Amino acid sequence: MIHLFLRDVGLSVRSGGGFGLALIFFLIVVTLIPFALGPDQSALAVVAPGVLWLGALLACLLSLDRIFGLDFEDGTLDLLATSPLPQEAVYIAKAAAHWLTTGLPLALAAPVLGVLLNLDFEIGKILGLSLLLGTPALSLIGAFGASLTLGVKRGGLLLSLLVLPLYVPSLIFGAQAVRLAGQGLAYDGALVLLSAISLGAAAILPFASGAALRINLR
Amino acid sequence: MMPDLGKYALEVNSSYVLSLLALAVIIGLYAKRSRAVKRDLAAMEAVHDA
Amino acid sequence: MNNRSIAPKFWDRFWRLANPKVFMGWSGRALPWAAAAAGLSLCSGLIWGYFFTPDDIRQGSTVKIIYLHVPAALMAINGYLLMFVGALVWLIRRQHVSVLAAKAAAPVGMVMTLIALATGAIWGQPMWGTYWVWDPRLTSFLILFLFYVGYIALWAAIEDEDTAADLTSVLAIVGAVFAMLSRYAVLFWNQGLHQGTTVTMADGAQQDNISNVFFQPLLLSMAGFGLLFLTLLLIGTRTEVRSRRLKVLQARERME
Repeated sequence: MIHLFLRDVGLSVRSGGGFGLALIFFLIVVTLIPFALGPDQSALAVVAPGVLWLGALLACLLSLDRIFGLDFEDGTLDLLATSPLPQEAVYIAKAAAHWLTTGLPLALAAPVLGVLLNLDFEIGKILGLSLLLGTPALSLIGAFGASLTLGVKRGGLLLSLLVLPLYVPSLIFGAQAVRLAGQGLAYDGALVLLSAISLGAAAILPFASGAALRINLR
Repeated sequence: MMPDLGKYALEVNSSYVLSLLALAVIIGLYAKRSRAVKRDLAAMEAVHDA
Repeated sequence: MNNRSIAPKFWDRFWRLANPKVFMGWSGRALPWAAAAAGLSLCSGLIWGYFFTPDDIRQGSTVKIIYLHVPAALMAINGYLLMFVGALVWLIRRQHVSVLAAKAAAPVGMVMTLIALATGAIWGQPMWGTYWVWDPRLTSFLILFLFYVGYIALWAAIEDEDTAADLTSVLAIVGAVFAMLSRYAVLFWNQGLHQGTTVTMADGAQQDNISNVFFQPLLLSMAGFGLLFLTLLLIGTRTEVRSRRLKVLQARERME
């Protein structure tokens, strides 16, 4: 399982697949926002938490079909199915690798990019923290969606359709935490709920996803 | 016979028209597909039994 | 039929109803009755509501929208509940009829959600001065609609029937968990914005202690929507059972 995890991380870093791409996409979204909304500094600061969360979410979405896609095509997943490793563990390793290569870099980059949108760096740090706590849920849910749409040809759009409604709670709590912090209010409640979703997803989704993988590899 | 709906006549009537239209569409689709599948199956079974 | 068992247990009998052949028998007999009852109660409920109820003091004639809005919303939620149960039964007991019923329920539930959203928007315009507010209830319904669309799209995307049944069932169950979660998340989110100022329709009805004049036709049209849902569910499930049999026969023909 650890080997699988390390292999996935190594692959995505070396092949320049998901790793850099998500970050660059995030940067582009943040760059485009002022062009769409106008360069008004105070207006930008108001929308910054939501925009940064949405940008991170979309960047995460972009790399989802890579989680299983290539391994399904070249038969690696079938090979893994015959190994003693349960499908649940395959899913956890894949989701963890996805998080490490997209969620974590996004969380680290967010405070810096927040400065571009006139977001105070202190609040930017809270944004980074909220992404740190929230992106595991995004990776876990995304990998679940990817395991559902494994056998579907050109399933990218379908994958987004399935996954986006499931992202709603995380998005709400994450952006809410940053917004509350920006208003100088207590934001720890939202962060706790955000982590609760990530932990809950980590507890439930491996079984759902393991089942989906087994069904697809039947 | 028609009730006096006052100034909200448009709102009330359009909701009724839209909703009944939506129901009619879904009923129609279900009836149509039901008939098509029933016919195909009957044809197929006739061939098999023969 | 089963002479050997002296007292067939209730559950044995119950699950027998889900045997495709047995199901086609009893659903075929029940269908005309369900359809007639649906037509009767829906027509009488809506006609009663539209023609023979007084206007509300505050809301004027827009109160008449309630006879569409509330039953549709009710069936939208019950439809998803039914899909959840159907998916669960399929995954545990491998009863084909149950998953086919879930498949047949999805489009009807989606249309119900659409009706609830559309009538709500039309009602919201004169009452709140806007077609749409990001109110917890409205937002939850929009998310519910997305869940329906995703479920139907996944069914359509997967070719193998049994694989599709399994995967959509997993989705329906995870979706139900997240639908509940979204419901509470959305409450939290809006409280932070509006401090719960928006008065939703059902809350208003409770405060006014909705009177019998409005309640009786509402009950009737709720029954009508429920029976209509049942009728469409029976038609749809019967169609799916037949369609499955058709595919089996077609596959056999190709083999020969």
